[in-house]
Amino acid sequence: MTRLLRRSFLFALAAALASPFAPARAQLTIEIVGGAGTAIPIAIVPFDGEGGFPLGISGIVAADLERSGLFRAVDTSGVVPRPSRAEDVRVDVWRARSADAVVVGSMLPLGEGRVDVRYALVDAVRGGMLASTRYVVTAAQFRATAHKIADEIYAKLTGDVGVFSTRIAYIAKQGPRYQLVVADADGADPQTIVSTDEPMLSPRWSPDGTRLAYVSLEQRKPIVYVQNLATGARTAVAAFRGSNSSPAWSPDGRTLAVTLTRDGGSQLFLMNADGTGVRRIMTSPGTDTEACFLPDGRSLLFTSDRGGSPQIYRAGIDGGGVERITFEGSYNVSPRVLPDGKGMVYVRRDGNRYQLAILDFATRQTQVLTAGPLDESPSVAPNGKLILYANETQGRGILNAVSADGRMKQRIVAPATDVREPAWGPLPR
Amino acid sequence: MNRIIVAAAFAALLAGCQSQPTTQPAAPVEDRGASQTTPGAGASTSGAGTGGVAGTAQGATRPGTSGNPLRDPASVLSKRAVFFDFDSFVVRDEFRPLIEAHGRYLAGNRNARMTIQGNTDERGSREYNIALGQKRADAVKRMMTLLGAQEAQIETVSFGKEKPKNAGHDEAAWAENRRDDLVYAGE
Repeated sequence: MTRLLRRSFLFALAAALASPFAPARAQLTIEIVGGAGTAIPIAIVPFDGEGGFPLGISGIVAADLERSGLFRAVDTSGVVPRPSRAEDVRVDVWRARSADAVVVGSMLPLGEGRVDVRYALVDAVRGGMLASTRYVVTAAQFRATAHKIADEIYAKLTGDVGVFSTRIAYIAKQGPRYQLVVADADGADPQTIVSTDEPMLSPRWSPDGTRLAYVSLEQRKPIVYVQNLATGARTAVAAFRGSNSSPAWSPDGRTLAVTLTRDGGSQLFLMNADGTGVRRIMTSPGTDTEACFLPDGRSLLFTSDRGGSPQIYRAGIDGGGVERITFEGSYNVSPRVLPDGKGMVYVRRDGNRYQLAILDFATRQTQVLTAGPLDESPSVAPNGKLILYANETQGRGILNAVSADGRMKQRIVAPATDVREPAWGPLPR
Repeated sequence: MNRIIVAAAFAALLAGCQSQPTTQPAAPVEDRGASQTTPGAGASTSGAGTGGVAGTAQGATRPGTSGNPLRDPASVLSKRAVFFDFDSFVVRDEFRPLIEAHGRYLAGNRNARMTIQGNTDERGSREYNIALGQKRADAVKRMMTLLGAQEAQIETVSFGKEKPKNAGHDEAAWAENRRDDLVYAGE
């Protein structure tokens, strides 16, 4: 329990230090609440010299790796002298502490605001150096550098791409105000990019990470906006008669799928990312919404009640080849394709419970990932390993994460705020 | 009943306060062979137009002064909410008189414009609830156009579950939130 508290405090403190102008009320703290099973024990030794800086890189690296659920930090205290280079690591000492790997490093000021940051990853089982990198950065880049190091260690030891350098977006409600917030994946450095008196929903990252599409009710009806994150400039790309909602980016970032009711009933349309070139995908007898492009950009998943109850279908972007995907239960919605295109996460209703599930397209097998009772809005990390989602507990919205195999769970809390609609951003280019 | 009086009073207050031009011309009482009394209405009607359909559900006419039936608390036209069952967009029979009255009002007042706002309770996907709220709004619009309201007079929009009237988390709150609101332009 003390470990959890210390980690949460670390996050909150790091988040508070990160940006003096970030609204404190929107900061997130992340706690792991469900065991991850077999975690790799790793010793992350405090970097030599990092005590001389307001922000220590090794702490962020450790927090990142633990938050993935795949690593467990081993106690590093009491090892004298403290190693800072691969050649200083005495593997027997660390094996005695059950570590499979050891991370050491140093931070050395070079003058003129530049700092030499280097780390090495050592295999404690077989000995030998697995990775090392040297960076020259400014203090403003410490967080990003720590996340890069964590990504490298994660990739080396798991074989998968790390997502520690990504960002997330979410909607925060405080009293009558709604904010669309962008933060680092660990919740640090939250930035409010839109603030309104009316609800917003469905934030969606462009594949290059430069824009967010979202739905806002500020005009007293749902309208889809696309906003440039660097400039803050935004365009109302879909403001037709009736309701405009559910934006989804094509993998090349040039096309948006949207749900429009302008021709009567919720139907799927495509448009260029600037709102021009609107064309209907298909005419369906029911209500179609929640389009989600597959990674090849040639087909999409969507929710439709054409069969009498909301189920998930797949169709080509020309509207052809419509195929039903979900068959169990009377309510299957919110399809989110996995980055490898081999399956999807979605929301199903079972009795009274709304819960997340994952379906493999080839085997048609479904695994339920969460318990509900009111889980919604899943968003898959770009490496396909973690899923952010929202639920409501005691009248307040909180974000959660679950691993794609369902074994590891996290709770992500913003104090005094109702948080919903998470969207996991793309890998940095 | 209290809610209706408050809504009517609020609408009257708004009419007095608004500074924008409205989509309906301020018109003198139209003589269509029937006229209404508006007990207690009082406020100026620069926002909403007058005349037309008689102000009671039974269609009875009453001799009397000019007034706005949309804000007459005795008139079914001041009732603006249609409620729905869970997962459903079927209009229950108990709301037919209300919808018919508004449909006929629109049919008789070609300049009148209405927005139907569809809502859902808090359960389930936000985007699917936008679509469900839209179906609820469209269901009421369909009934009104069958009664002679013009397509262009009614816009249907959905708030999904985003703007619950009742912030509770029980059956009563959910029932109150599964609702269409009928809003005339200028209100």
